[in-house]
This record gives sequence, C-alpha cells and structure tokens, in this order.
Amino acid sequence: MSTDTPDAPTDEAPSRAELAARVDELEEALAAATDEDDDKKMSIIATKGTLDMAYPPLILASTAAAFDYEVTVFHTFWGLDILHEERSKDLKLSSVGNPNMPVPNAVAALPGMDRVTTKMMERRIEDNDTASIKELIETSLEMGVEFQACQMTIDLMDYDEDDFYDGVTTGVGAATALQDMADADIQLLV
Amino acid sequence: MSAEFDITETLDVKGASCPMPVVKTKSAIDDLVEGEVLEVLATDPGSMSDIDGWASGTEGVELVDQEEGDDVYRHYVRKTE
Repeated sequence: MSTDTPDAPTDEAPSRAELAARVDELEEALAAATDEDDDKKMSIIATKGTLDMAYPPLILASTAAAFDYEVTVFHTFWGLDILHEERSKDLKLSSVGNPNMPVPNAVAALPGMDRVTTKMMERRIEDNDTASIKELIETSLEMGVEFQACQMTIDLMDYDEDDFYDGVTTGVGAATALQDMADADIQLLV
Repeated sequence: MSAEFDITETLDVKGASCPMPVVKTKSAIDDLVEGEVLEVLATDPGSMSDIDGWASGTEGVELVDQEEGDDVYRHYVRKTE
C-alpha cells in the first residue's frame, strides 16, 4: 500500500448534509420507479383478418384485462377488419395453404370452398359455445381494453371512422404503437 | 362439501369456453367487497387451470377451493382487498 494515501478526509469529501440530501433524492427516484412497475401493460399488434387469426389477439387481450393489465391492441392491415363492425361479422377462413384442412389444396382452391370451410368453422364455434368476435370485442371494451385502428390502413381501405365499434380509437399510427410497446411488459405481433 | 367460508355470490358460466370463464369471474369479483367469496360454476375443463392461474397472477384475489364434480367444475374465489 502506498504511504502517500491520505488518511484524513479532504475538503472535497461530501458533508453529512449533502449525503442525506443525496439519500433522499435516491429514495424518491426508487419510489417513482417502483410505482411505475405496479402498472402491468400489454401491447398487441393485430395484422391478420381471417376468422382463425382474429381470435388469438382478442382472447389474449380480454384475458390480460382480467389480470389487471392495461391492454392496447393496434389493428393494422387486415387486422383492422376485426374492428370493422360489418366486416367483423363476415371474417373468412381460408381453405388453401393449411395442410390440416380435410381437403387437398387442389380441391380447396375451387371457387366457393372458402365459404364452405368458413361455414364449417362458424358452426363449430356456435356448437362449442365459443364466444363470437363481436362478443369478445364488446367484453374487452367493457374491461378497458383500448382497441386502436391504424389511420394509414383506414385511409388505404377507404373505411370511415363510423365503420368501427363504438369505443375504438382512431387517428393513431405506428409511433403510438411503438410507444405502447416500449412501455409494455408483454408485446405481441399476431 | 365442507365449506369453511360463506358464499356471497354464484356465477354460472356453464357452457362458456375460454376466455369467458376467467373474464366473467374477473367482472363478478369486481362487484364484491373485501372478504366476500364468489362461487363459479363452469363446464370448461380448462377452467381448473385457468382460474387457478388467473388467481395466482392477479392481486386482490385468492383461490380458496376448487372441486371437480361429475359435470361441473366449482371454483371459490375470495376478494382479499
């Protein structure tokens, strides 16, 4: 150990009062940080508008709301059809491109097959008492989920603000979604 | 059933499937006050795991009991704050 290390405190050492002030400051910062962590947040980006792909974001959104998460779902491109009051009642299930379908793709591609598979799925949903898309949206809204309709997609599809369910937020873009994702504990792209 | 608690309200979600048993349980528990117990009747087999998971992950509620009957799953949830 070097012998020239000073043993006595120098003039630059903080005083007791300065240290106490610094402790208070840090305690306040810690309290603020802890407070923020109390709010659980989830951000979902919904990009798909087929009947099967409309369910996962809505089921997760309503369930997260039940867990007291603050939930935002940003609907963009075909995902916007989920919020469109008329179109959401008529979401389709594609019969092609899914090898789990009971018909080969060559048959599935025939005209009218999407209508057949959609009807089949709708019947199953009804028989199984699975909630409808409308029911899930209305329930989620009641529970405080914020559904956001991408403004760029509204313009692109030539939709009107009145086309969406009451309570849907319009006039938002990617920056809003990004900010929600940055603040969220869970972020999902569906 | 040897219940050591009084049931305040009963929620019937028989027939409903995921996510409705949990979602409706949450809405019903919001209407209770601290200490009260909600009974939930469900036919969804997934409700056994789901209501347990929801109660564990949510503040202010406690799962006090679950019973698997012949056709009906019974859940008892207490509001703790």
